[in-house]
Amino acid sequence: MSGDSAASAPGRSGARAGRPVGRKRRYLAGGLLHGGVQGSPVLRLFMRWVRRPLLPVIRLWRRNLQLKVVVTTLLMSLGVVLLLGFVVIGQVRNGLLDAKVKASQSQATGGFAAAKQRADEAATAAGDAGTPVDDRPSQNVIQWMSDLVYSLSSGGQGAFDVVTLPAGGDSGGGRGPRASGDVAPSASIPESLRERVDSSTAAAQSYTRIVYNSSEASQPALVIGKRVNDPNGDPYQLYYLFPLTQEEKSLSLVKGTLATAGLFVVVLFGAIAWLVVRQVVTPVRMAAGVAERLSAGRLQERMKVTGEDDIARLGEAFNKMAQNLQLKISQLEDLSRMQRRFVSDVSHELRTPLTTVRMAADVIHEAREDFDPVTARSAELLADQLDRFESLLADLLEISRFDAGAAALEAEPIDLREVVRRVVTGAEPLAERKGTRIRVTGDQQPVVAEADARRVERILRNLVVNAVEHGEGKDVVVKLAAAGGAVAVAVRDYGVGLKPGEAARVFSRFWRADPARARTTGGTGLGLSIALEDARLHGGWLQAWGEPGGGSQFRLTLPRTADEPLRGSPIPLEPADSRGRRTAEGTAPPSGGARAATVPAQQSAGPGQARPARDPIPPRPAAAPPAADPTALPGNGARVVPRPVSPARRQDGPSAAEPPAAHGDGHPAGGPEEDPNSQGEACRGR
Amino acid sequence: MMSFMKGRVLVVDDDSALAEMLGIVLRGEGFEPSFVADGDKALAAFREAKPDLVLLDLMLPGRDGIEVCRLIRAESGVPIVMLTAKSDTVDVVVGLESGADDYIVKPFKPKELVARIRARLRRSEEPAPEQLAIGDLVIDVAGHSVKRDGQSIALTPLEFDLLVALARKPWQVFTREVLLEQVWGYRHAADTRLVNVHVQRLRSKVEKDPEKPEIVVTVRGVGYKAGPS
Repeated sequence: MSGDSAASAPGRSGARAGRPVGRKRRYLAGGLLHGGVQGSPVLRLFMRWVRRPLLPVIRLWRRNLQLKVVVTTLLMSLGVVLLLGFVVIGQVRNGLLDAKVKASQSQATGGFAAAKQRADEAATAAGDAGTPVDDRPSQNVIQWMSDLVYSLSSGGQGAFDVVTLPAGGDSGGGRGPRASGDVAPSASIPESLRERVDSSTAAAQSYTRIVYNSSEASQPALVIGKRVNDPNGDPYQLYYLFPLTQEEKSLSLVKGTLATAGLFVVVLFGAIAWLVVRQVVTPVRMAAGVAERLSAGRLQERMKVTGEDDIARLGEAFNKMAQNLQLKISQLEDLSRMQRRFVSDVSHELRTPLTTVRMAADVIHEAREDFDPVTARSAELLADQLDRFESLLADLLEISRFDAGAAALEAEPIDLREVVRRVVTGAEPLAERKGTRIRVTGDQQPVVAEADARRVERILRNLVVNAVEHGEGKDVVVKLAAAGGAVAVAVRDYGVGLKPGEAARVFSRFWRADPARARTTGGTGLGLSIALEDARLHGGWLQAWGEPGGGSQFRLTLPRTADEPLRGSPIPLEPADSRGRRTAEGTAPPSGGARAATVPAQQSAGPGQARPARDPIPPRPAAAPPAADPTALPGNGARVVPRPVSPARRQDGPSAAEPPAAHGDGHPAGGPEEDPNSQGEACRGR
Repeated sequence: MMSFMKGRVLVVDDDSALAEMLGIVLRGEGFEPSFVADGDKALAAFREAKPDLVLLDLMLPGRDGIEVCRLIRAESGVPIVMLTAKSDTVDVVVGLESGADDYIVKPFKPKELVARIRARLRRSEEPAPEQLAIGDLVIDVAGHSVKRDGQSIALTPLEFDLLVALARKPWQVFTREVLLEQVWGYRHAADTRLVNVHVQRLRSKVEKDPEKPEIVVTVRGVGYKAGPS
């Protein structure tokens, strides 16, 4: 039974499934064609080429639940319909054929019996007639066979045809192929059936197609064959051919009906799925839209709720959530407003009397030459401490402004070189007092970013002044860089540096490296906290790196445009001339030398008085418990190289360390690091 | 010249201690201060005293400082310096937009205050007759007038100074810092918002379309320059 005339549904599905398969095949062929080495780029190219037109479809597929459900339903119902169709068609076919085969078999059996009978009759007739001569009977057989075929087929009246074929390869004795109804005998009988008929005396059957000698179209048929003997007792093959045209017609009618019905069912399923999903998806989409508007700040948005089903419950829960959110947010807003108001009021109430005091103190200070020494000194102290009080108040107010969320960013494109120049100029007097030189690198090209110049300047002033104060009179390097969507300014000093864990804590409010130390220098302890808040306000990072005795580096990274998130910084947090880096580079002798190099710092730190260099650390922003530290630094946070300290301490005593230190100095890592090295020497010389 | 710079200063402040202290400092520098403590009476006091400069506290009983500033500016171009306890952006900008020329944040040092007052009172000693052109404006520096097509445009002294500074060097782009130094007399970089606000105010008076300025042109990322004439 020819499957190719089957219903259209399988054909359609075949074409559908065929598309991706075809692609894969082609892609495989491509891969094979171009061989292993070149294969992958070609493949990639090919995949890209294949995927490009598919991308919108893929995106739609990913984003549209309704489409997904409808397509899945369509595919699954198609599968079910196909399966059902095959089963039903199979059943119908079996039913039709079974009846036909049974009828055919009885017809054929009758035919075979008739042929046998006629052969027997002819044989006895010939026997009765007298001398059987060799050539006469054969003449008779030819005639007899033709008669047989004619008579056998005449009973069928088109319901079947009869074919005789010689048994085996033997074609003599008039047993050539004969056929009724213009059937091409040898072409219509399959070879396998002939062999089977030859090999046994039982009847055998097979399906075939009747081929006609005339131009009539071939048609499917059942053929039943048997080896029978002719009047001479020689075997020949007798075949009955029953055309199955009628059955095929019935079957294709059934197929067509099934296909049409299946198609309708599939389309209907699709439509139903679409409708059902729409019922669910529409409220979900509405919820998504409302949630988006809520998150955009329109807190009064609510979902429309109808009925009492699950969707309605979702809507109610959603609305309840939105209401609670709105309540909480408005509470927080009130709180923030109150705090802002409070800060503003406190600010005003404190500042007005402070202004009077300030002016009075200045007037007194101006006139101090006329006073006796005690009063004059008092006037000086008064003025100095008023300065400190003022800056502390200013910093406190600034911090509480940040806490209240009242700080606003006024970003505009600024050239950071300008800011750095102003900051460096401003820090020059302090640097001169400390004997420090401030170098600026990376300022050949403009370093432009959208930022609040006032805040950036405040951050950088803080960093540079800190670096100068803690730099022990060594160079302070301000480095600028821009790359990708970020700009960065790093302030490097070669002072006492930071101990492990301090790099994160320097940003804590009122943090001091050594709480036991009295506060000697100015500074409110809030500078770096404010700087960190300023950086955050820009969406930027402020990070610290330091190693004990090796100085520190503070890096400010800002996004080039205000609304762009930061992904990296153009300047590495750990400077290239850090001890860790230099050791890692491998030019220095194995860790021994580098480790030893840090030892003098440790050693002279012990005695205390011998090392004024230790002093600058304590005044750094101070004291708060570590728990409060804003370690929530973006990016990789702050980092410290702890390596040099403890091993040096554990291994060699302070005294034993002196010679290796000199040894370590003998191995500068190379040209660019000349400066830090000479600095290091200067340090050790002390 | 020093004597020329001395002048009458009206102090509008409700805090009597601060007002007295201001009086001491101002007299010490040779100014003639007069005082008013109430916002409602400030305008009357201003008309009576005819000061050369107004020191104005933003927080006042009665009318607040912003309102007083607006009223005074409505009838006079006399320099106004705000005293404010709030350095927040919004407060400062609102103050400047209401017509103040400069502001000083409490607590301030007497020297700083005096420097600001002097900078505002400094009138360049009889300038040589000078005609400048910027865009389609004609500026008579000595006559202190700006005209477009013969129509004169009223500017405050500060706005005039700002315009003249830009017009004198039309080829130069002025950064906000440079303008602060030349026009406001700040030696150290201060708040560039001063410049922004005053440029806006100047534009609203001299530009045909302040949205599309042709006289005072913004150079993005740098500052301002005079438009082509």
